[in-house]
Amino acid sequence: MIKKTLVLIAIVGLLMVFWPLMSNFEFSQNLSELASNYVRGSVNELNTQNVVTSVIVTYRGLDTLGEVTVLFLATVGIGFLLGKRKGKKRPASELLQTTSSFLFALIVLFGVYIFTHGHLTPGGGFQGGVVIATAFLLLMLSDVNMKFNHTILQIVESFSGAFYIVIGIVGLVLTIGFLSAEIIPLGEFGKLISAGAIPIIYSFIGLKVGSELTNIIDTMRGE
Amino acid sequence: MIFTLILGFVLLLIGIYGMLSQRNLIKIIIGFSIADTGIHIIIVSIGYLRNRTAPILNSAVDISKAVQQVVDPIPSALVLTAIVIGLAVTALMLSFVVELYKKRKSLSIDDYQELKW
Repeated sequence: MIKKTLVLIAIVGLLMVFWPLMSNFEFSQNLSELASNYVRGSVNELNTQNVVTSVIVTYRGLDTLGEVTVLFLATVGIGFLLGKRKGKKRPASELLQTTSSFLFALIVLFGVYIFTHGHLTPGGGFQGGVVIATAFLLLMLSDVNMKFNHTILQIVESFSGAFYIVIGIVGLVLTIGFLSAEIIPLGEFGKLISAGAIPIIYSFIGLKVGSELTNIIDTMRGE
Repeated sequence: MIFTLILGFVLLLIGIYGMLSQRNLIKIIIGFSIADTGIHIIIVSIGYLRNRTAPILNSAVDISKAVQQVVDPIPSALVLTAIVIGLAVTALMLSFVVELYKKRKSLSIDDYQELKW
């Protein structure tokens, strides 16, 4: 009883902390200085249709590198905690097996489409990587005793991570800036081959996220 | 939108209440996930501007007047980062729970009091 009261007091206290923020909140009518610069720069400097992508990959590229690192560390932690696997399980139904063998290639293709078009349409490396991981999840559901070749997963993951950093360092060598998109020609606005290095960086992120999430799912399946 | 802002705060408070009141480790993680989602909704709704479109400069947007026509791209980028970090943290927490359950055969937080003062 005392615990419940304390929890309620904490919630009411939080509400009182948030209330002044909420009651005085006014939606702004215009973009902030920084956001306007990002939108203008996305058109004039980077030739990128999707402004969110140009913020993530170029303007705040260092943060994205940190984000990918956090995801990598989580994968390593999960692999370290849940190493061993055991036990055989009941096989999946024929319906699921047939459907998943048919859908697997389509889902992977859709994931690749999402991360190669990250600079043009909503989407990008993280979303595309998650879609690819769901394709592998479907494969695992349809064949419960299937074994993945972890060497290939690790090679894909480490090489895409390494190339991501190499592209960043190329920008430093050419004195343009770390993780700059302008290390290769920017192309024509709105076309698939445009926005300089952004599609390449996002493809590497997509491959890295896809292989990492497949790794996480595969390790958790072993439990 | 003010309603999505309120919805975000409500979700945040529900999540915090869940984390504080539940004894089951899995339910605490579910509470964390709900609070996480609430924060994402708050950030996205702060970046919303009335009568504007998504920050994707395709044919729906006049390129020369893009600054007057799109919503704030920065909260969207922040939330994209936050979702990925949230996913990684949730997966790591769940694997900690699996390991703890293997050691003590219990999911109740009352059985893990080593760090309680």
